[in-house]
Order: sequence, then structure tokens, then C-alpha cells
Amino acid sequence: MSKKNQIALLSGIVIALAFLSRWTVGHQGFFQGALIIASLLGILPIAIQAYQALRVKVVSIDVLVTIAVLGAFVIQNFEESAIVTFLFLFGAYLEQRTLNKTRSAIKELVEMAPETALKQMDDGEFVEVDVDEVEVGDLLLVKTGAKVPVDGTVLSGEGSVNEASITGESIPVAKEQGSTVFAGTILDNGTLQIVAERVGEDTTFGRIIELVEEAQDSKSEAERFIDRFSKYYTPAVLVIGFLVWLISRDLELAITILVLGCPGALVIGVPVSNVAGIGNGARHGILLKGSEVIGDFSRVDTIVFDKTGTLTMGNPSVAEAEYYGDDLGQARSYLASIERESDHPLAKAVLEYLGETTFYPVEGTEVVKGEGIVALVDGRRVAVGNAALMEREQVAFSPQNRADLERLEREGNSLVLTSVDGELKILLGVRDQIRPGVKDDLARLKRLGVKNLVMLSGDNQGTVDLVSRELGLTEAHGNMLPEDKSAYITKLMEQGKIVAFVGDGVNDSPSLALAQIGIAMGGGTDVAIETSDVVLMNSQFSRLPHALGLAKATARNMKQNIIIAVGVVLVLLAGVLLSEWVNMSIGMLVHEGSILVVILNGMRLLSFKLRS
Amino acid sequence: MKSATIQLETLACPSCMQKIEAAVKAVKGVNAPSVKVLFNSSKVKLDFDEQQVSIEDIENAITKVGYEVQKSKVK
Repeated sequence: MSKKNQIALLSGIVIALAFLSRWTVGHQGFFQGALIIASLLGILPIAIQAYQALRVKVVSIDVLVTIAVLGAFVIQNFEESAIVTFLFLFGAYLEQRTLNKTRSAIKELVEMAPETALKQMDDGEFVEVDVDEVEVGDLLLVKTGAKVPVDGTVLSGEGSVNEASITGESIPVAKEQGSTVFAGTILDNGTLQIVAERVGEDTTFGRIIELVEEAQDSKSEAERFIDRFSKYYTPAVLVIGFLVWLISRDLELAITILVLGCPGALVIGVPVSNVAGIGNGARHGILLKGSEVIGDFSRVDTIVFDKTGTLTMGNPSVAEAEYYGDDLGQARSYLASIERESDHPLAKAVLEYLGETTFYPVEGTEVVKGEGIVALVDGRRVAVGNAALMEREQVAFSPQNRADLERLEREGNSLVLTSVDGELKILLGVRDQIRPGVKDDLARLKRLGVKNLVMLSGDNQGTVDLVSRELGLTEAHGNMLPEDKSAYITKLMEQGKIVAFVGDGVNDSPSLALAQIGIAMGGGTDVAIETSDVVLMNSQFSRLPHALGLAKATARNMKQNIIIAVGVVLVLLAGVLLSEWVNMSIGMLVHEGSILVVILNGMRLLSFKLRS
Repeated sequence: MKSATIQLETLACPSCMQKIEAAVKAVKGVNAPSVKVLFNSSKVKLDFDEQQVSIEDIENAITKVGYEVQKSKVK
């Protein structure tokens, strides 16, 4: 490759000297001589490539160019032959440079793969080994600044890890004994000893890389058509050129057609948009699995969401709190002391909400089934539970209390009441809360042209309606089993809608696989990554509008590139047939130029950002 | 039957794919329908019969049509 570039440079210099001498000295002999040298230099590498192609029975562009240049020699037009070979070589150099740019995003991702690991040997010492030599069960040491080499569990030590390579989000995550760590993430500070659980290509990062690598080269039906087409296209151009020469006896016209016929921008245009679009996604924690997916996704008009874990956080938390009377710090401590000993699902949410507080010893605990707990704390009778328990404890409700109770229930909360010595102190509303920002994200999706936003959930219709109203969804259905969900998606598709399903892959993988576009909110769960078409790493719902915008931009970019490529060929053909201005050099210039234009156009996708 | 992934120098021209594909498919012992040339990742993936042909022979076929092989992985 580098030799080819040197030849291009040399031939360029000789051509420049030739023209310089013509304009200054005006020596025709030197001018011609220099151009002959430049032509010979330039044609050499192209002819070698043509020969190599012909040996495996492929009529490549090199073959067309070589024949065209030989033709130019025959009619002794050395100016054309020199410029055409130079442009062809120089164009190839520029293409390589710019192509490397469009591929850079994915390359950066691949290069984040860990290469070495500090592995504990039989003598207990840690030794640096190649990451391929690490096996499941090995004990590894990760030092500050190093990459985590495998997926595993922290055995000892603590530190904070940058998981940007997996999630696209460079917020440090704290790790301690028992935490899970992922290959390819970077230990910002601290030291960890970890046990390898998945190594090499089996790690989450390994699979992501493999999927992205496959995605960037996956082809749509249209591309496969272009590929088949171009296989016959080049030989056809050769035949046409020959026929033109036979009929018109005009060699100049015939070789001009050979150069004009070079397919370039058409074949390269779509893959370039594809790789740049997927690269942008990879940088933002979005995995788009190939150009087919991008095409379908860009036309989506209906998005179906699973409720729990997708639109909501997936685990209950305290949404509202009301306090009555005084001594409230005390009451909070009593509540925390009782909940600390409970394994009720709501207890965890309550404790998380209360945070740091003083704990008291709890005595005489009495569990009332379906209602709550009564116990003696700090010598006072404390009851924690629902309204029925309060009644049993003969707690008197004020009108204000009743109004609050009704309101919280209406909003879909489960209620946790706390009374101290028969007096209501705290009223908590616990529910599965909507993810922060989801409302704005859904509005963005609508602005991007999604007509129907549908929520399907296993919860009761009341809860579902509440969430739906708050988020401004177009449809919401409750009481749905997983099979009901997939049946509903089938129904939507039968109505001719293009459906995307967004789920976490835990119990909705049939729906993920069924919808035209399955979008997994994957915190790295295997099933979700495999069965879906689009993966939002680390369950980042906020990535969804960017993903859709990106798919649309990429699909648009591909179309632009096809139009540029076909348009250029048509203009050149018209030029050659209808006017005098197109010759071989101009043909090559426009041809190489159009290739660069489609690459540069594709490159724009690397910096794509959703306007909010 | 073994499968190989061959990493090439960066592929820049789309017509090189045709050349490489034809060259690899022509090697005896290579399962022709399995040959895939990946343009953007500059890789060749293929299945071959290790009794009939070695990975070095396949690499040579690619070098002969003018492309540098960086490394190969056989599984």
C-alpha cells in the first residue's frame, strides 16, 4: 500500500514538473517525455492489480483503467494517461484515509478490549499474562488505571470503575466485595482481586464487539442487489466500450466510456453510511445490529413498551410522604427499627427512603398477616402497616388524614402507615416509579414521527391507566400475560404498522423477537442482547430517542449516497453523449470526487446528535 | 472442518472484495459458500477442511492477489 502511495506522489511531482515546464520554458519535447514517465509510473501498480484480478477471473476497476490507459498510449494522448493514473492512485489514497475516519468509532471500541491480565500463579504471585491465557475460576489482580480483563466477581478490595465501554456513560461506579465487574471497563482508583467468571469472547464486552463487528458488515437486501449487480457491471462496461469502438472507430470515446463506467460511489456509499452510523451508536451505548435493522427502525410508526422495568424503575420506592403531629424524628427512627427486621418487599423501599437514622431495640414483635407489624420500640407501642391495621389499633383519622389516604391510593400507591401509641404519625405511598426523564423522551419520540406509543403490562388496568395518563401514551393495556403481549404485537403488525417493542428481555423475549424491531434494555443480559435488533446498554431509556434519530439519519444518509452515486454516473454519461466537455481525465476526476463525497457524507454521521 | 478468521490490511476499495473472495474460493479445501469478506472490519471468514489445505495456503492465496494478511485465527 505505502509503495502505491509513493508512486502516486512521484507521478504527481513529475506531472507538475511537466506542466510547469510547458508554461515557463514551453519545451514540448520535455513536456511529452515527462508525461510518458508519469504514465508508466502510474500504470505499473494498477496493471499489477489488474493482472492479479484477472488471474482469479474478476474484471475489476483496475482492469478497466489499465485498458483505458493502454488505449490512451495508442492514440498517444499522454496527458490523459498521466492524469488518469495519477488521479486513480491519489483517489485510492484519499479514500483509505477518509474510510479509516468513518471506521474510527468502532475501531476505538475494539481497541478497548483488554490485552493482558495479572493472574495468580501456583506460587501465589501475580504475573502478567496474555488475556487469552486466563481461564474461568482464575484469581486476577486489577490495579488502578488498568482494564478489567474478564467478567467476574470482586473477591476483595474496593475501587471505582469507569464502565463507559459497556454503557457509554463515563460515570464511576463503586465496586466492593461481591460486586460484578465487566471486561473492558477501567479501574479509576483502588485495587481489586477478582475471580474470572466469563473470559474472552464470552464476556459481555466480547459479545458486544462481535455483534458490532458483524453489524458493520451486515447487508440489506438492497446492498446484496448492488453487489450482484456490480459483479456483472464491470464486465458489461468493458463490452460496451469495445462495442462503441467497433461501431464508431473512435478509440478516444471508447476509453472514455471505460473510465466513466467505473463503479465506485455506488458500491461504497451504503457500507460507509452503515459503519459510521453504527459507530456513532456504539459510542453512545446503542447497539444497532446492521443496515437492515437501521432501515426498518427508521420507518417505525408504533413503539410498544413493557411497563415494569422499562417505563418504570422496576422496583417499588417511596413516592410520597405525609407527616402528622410532632416528634417526627422519633417516629422515623421507630419505623426504621421495625422495618429493619422485616423481609416484606415494601420494607426495603421504606428503609432506602429513611436513610441514616438511629435504631432502637424492638421487643414483642407481632406480625398481623396481610396487615402489618405491631411491636414495642423504646417502650412505646408502634404499628406499621395498612389502613386495616390502624383500625385494629383504633387509630383515629382526622379529615386531613382521610383525604391524604384517598389521594395516595388514587395515585396508585401501596400505603404504609405508622402509628405511635395509637396516633397516626407517618403516611408513606410506595409505588413503582416512572423513570426520571421518560416523559421528555417519549415526547422526543413523537417529534421524530412515531405515531403510536403503546404500553402493555401485567399490572391491573387502574395502575396502567395512571401511568399512561401521566406519560401521555396513546394506548395502555393492563392484565397482560407475556403471550397476550406477543399476540397484541402480531395484531398491530397485521394492521400494517411497523412495530418496535421495548423490553428488558426478562420475560418478554418472545415479543422482542416477534416485533419488526426488538429493542432490549439490556443491563448486559444474554437473551436480550442475542434476540433483539437494538440494544440500549445498561438500561438507558434516555438513549432511545437518540437511537431512533440516528437510525433515521443513517437511512437518509444511505439514500443520499445512492442518489449521489447514480446521479454522477448519469450526468457523466449524458455529458459524453451530448457534449464535448467530458474527457477521460474529467471522468476520472468526477468519479474519484464522487467517492470522496459519499465517504465525507457518511462521516457526518459520526458527529450526529439529536436536537432536543 | 475448521473455521478461520483472517485479519487483512485495511480494505479501501470495494472491488478488492470481489478479488479476495474469488481468490479464496478458488483454493481447494475451502468451503466456498462459507467465504465472507467483511469490508468494514477488513476480515475474511471461512470454513475449510484442514485435511486438504492449511491456513498458510489460504493466506498465500490472498497475498497473491495483493493483500497483506495481518493475522489469522483458526478454531
